[in-house]
Amino acid sequence: MTEQSASDSSTGESVTGAQSLIKSLEHAGVKDIFGIPGGAILPAYDPLYDSKIRHILVRHEQGAGHAAQGYAVATGGVGVCMATSGPGATNLVTPLADAHMDSVPMVAVTGQVGAASIGTDAFQEADIRGITMPITKHNFLVTNPADIPRVVAEAFYLARSGRPGPVLVDVAKSALQAQTSFEWPTEISLSGYRPVTRPHSKQIREATRLILESRRPVLYVGGGTIRSRAHKELRQLAELTGIPVVTTLMARGAFPDSHPQHLGMPGMHGTVAAVAGLQKSDLIISLGARFDDRVTGALDSFAPGAKVIHADIDPAEIGKNRAVDVPIVGDCREVIADLVAALTAEQEQGNTGDYEGWVKFVAGVKMRYPLGYDTPPDGTLAPQYVLERLSHISGPESIYVAGVGQHQMWATHFIQYENPNTWINSGGLGTMGFAVPAAMGAKVGRPEATVWAVDGDGCFQMTNQELATCTIEGIPIKVAVINNESLGMVRQWQTLFYEGRYSNTDLQSKRIPDFVKLADAYGAVGLSCESPADVDETIKKAMEVDDVPVVVDFRVHRDAMVWPMVPAGTSNDDINYARGLAPEFEEDDL
Amino acid sequence: MTVHTLSVLVENRPGVLARIAGLFSRRGFNIDSLAVGPTEDSSVSRMTIVVNVEETPLEQVTKQLNKLVEVIKIVELDDRDSIEKELMMVKVKADVNNRGQVVDAIALFRGKVVDVAPDTITVQLTGNADKLRDFVAVMEPFGIRELVQSGMVAIGRGSRSITERAKPLAVPVEQPA
Repeated sequence: MTEQSASDSSTGESVTGAQSLIKSLEHAGVKDIFGIPGGAILPAYDPLYDSKIRHILVRHEQGAGHAAQGYAVATGGVGVCMATSGPGATNLVTPLADAHMDSVPMVAVTGQVGAASIGTDAFQEADIRGITMPITKHNFLVTNPADIPRVVAEAFYLARSGRPGPVLVDVAKSALQAQTSFEWPTEISLSGYRPVTRPHSKQIREATRLILESRRPVLYVGGGTIRSRAHKELRQLAELTGIPVVTTLMARGAFPDSHPQHLGMPGMHGTVAAVAGLQKSDLIISLGARFDDRVTGALDSFAPGAKVIHADIDPAEIGKNRAVDVPIVGDCREVIADLVAALTAEQEQGNTGDYEGWVKFVAGVKMRYPLGYDTPPDGTLAPQYVLERLSHISGPESIYVAGVGQHQMWATHFIQYENPNTWINSGGLGTMGFAVPAAMGAKVGRPEATVWAVDGDGCFQMTNQELATCTIEGIPIKVAVINNESLGMVRQWQTLFYEGRYSNTDLQSKRIPDFVKLADAYGAVGLSCESPADVDETIKKAMEVDDVPVVVDFRVHRDAMVWPMVPAGTSNDDINYARGLAPEFEEDDL
Repeated sequence: MTVHTLSVLVENRPGVLARIAGLFSRRGFNIDSLAVGPTEDSSVSRMTIVVNVEETPLEQVTKQLNKLVEVIKIVELDDRDSIEKELMMVKVKADVNNRGQVVDAIALFRGKVVDVAPDTITVQLTGNADKLRDFVAVMEPFGIRELVQSGMVAIGRGSRSITERAKPLAVPVEQPA
């Protein structure tokens, strides 16, 4: 069938809509699909049974969606998930919204009730196209089977081009069942869709001028640099100019953590150096970032002395939150490459920026306010220590996938990232339960890599059913549950802002469930660790398991907090690097 | 806040109106009026959207609209450089005693009587928002039984056309190896 499907692409051979759909997915280069069948999508699962495409039967459609996201980020390709109509499709809503916020290229295929039944409140009918309009890059409802190949080709093109994002293709069951002819298109034309990837040379010249004139510039690096695979060009730009670099939560790994110019992650839980680096700069060079509220804090006091160069492939991001001096619409990699070329030419003319005092200042801040944490006095386990050791033992070639909350912040800070696409998390939407299914997807996409899900005990209980999928399908992920028996980030806010009134954040998950037994029940290896002395050995034991999933229950101190912190809605100037401790800057250096 | 008139060319496909209306509401913009209809090209519809916003949010909503795959082109029409019309139909109380007066008033506005009943006259009137407002004020003393009004449609003056556009860009589709 696979040989045939390639050769008969131009013959317009007679097939069912379902066969046309599977052939189209094959032609689009799909290798793996995460999904669950059901009534409306059932016709598609019949030809899928014979296809070279691997279908991974998950336990919940949300798992399929996040797996497609993890797959997409780990491989740099498009992730694919499939579900039936109604509840199958609505269970994809969270992953689609998540992918939309984080610009993850993904195609979701859903079955829909038969065309004649649409709009009649039929069994398992939900208007998934209507529901997902605000949370997809684009979506389609297919009722004519002849449209299937074109729509699939357009869906993949839309998902991966321009600013990547999720695309949903909803196919009526009647279209899957009908006879049609299959012909893979040679070209598509979307008259309203023309992403600009080449930056305008005038803007590059203007940006170059500002960069050379500035005295306190900073490279504000966002997730767009990862999506456009711009890490090499970014490093060239940074090393050519000597400008300090901050990488946002979505950009961790775009620039090596070990690099001396790297100030770390900015924002609400950013390092003091990264926050100060933006706050006190006179020029922000934003590369594929979007001035998210978690980065800027109170907007009116964010980096008050800075001019802004804002490069993004999405024109709507430019000037959305922060006024811009030099807007550059374009693909990050091309923008950075052009900046490197322009600045190199200037250097050859003897024109370089003078950033010496600034570089000294931020280096001083970085040295005086490194990331740190308190070791619990009672000898219990510090969560930050677990992640430090995990980073050290598993190394920068591993892929780390986080849930959302304290453990996510510790994982972004205390694991050292050296490579792009090795840090996968839910940045924009902040979806608890993201880690296990996304790690599963990452492992399918990169089977040779060690994949760690770093999860909280709250998050883990939202999606751990996918461990069954992992065991049965041979997807040996590793899960480090940072178990502080509470909804830790919410608890931290209750500690700081609600006088320690811990309303509904106590999960008691050191008691129930027993994570080791739970792992065992799923056919995974369950390990537990509650003493600092056992951390290394436990991680090594987990590293040795390579045939089934491993779950490590790291039973950590429950009062550990995430620092530094800028309280929500306040100015970045109010950053504390530990409770009640604000940094002091020697601004005479500036 | 100022009033802006956007002419939006969209692909004539089901669901496009829902996408545009949804975008305005979720981004927090109120639409003053919206009119949609066919154009000289059967595959393209044209929406005339009147919004009341500041300059910066207008730029943002235009950019967000442009991101919709089915939106082909957006042009802001300057009211000094374009013709803007709305259509109104009003059912006014008019009987044998005052029908003459009502008809005289309608004639002043160049309205057109489109239906007559023993106790009402139905008038059709086109014009800009000011003219229609003035007309309603004049009709009110007679007693307005029913009123319906379209959204505004607008077109630029002069010979230039916003619908002239480059042929859609064809993108090659990757073929399997």
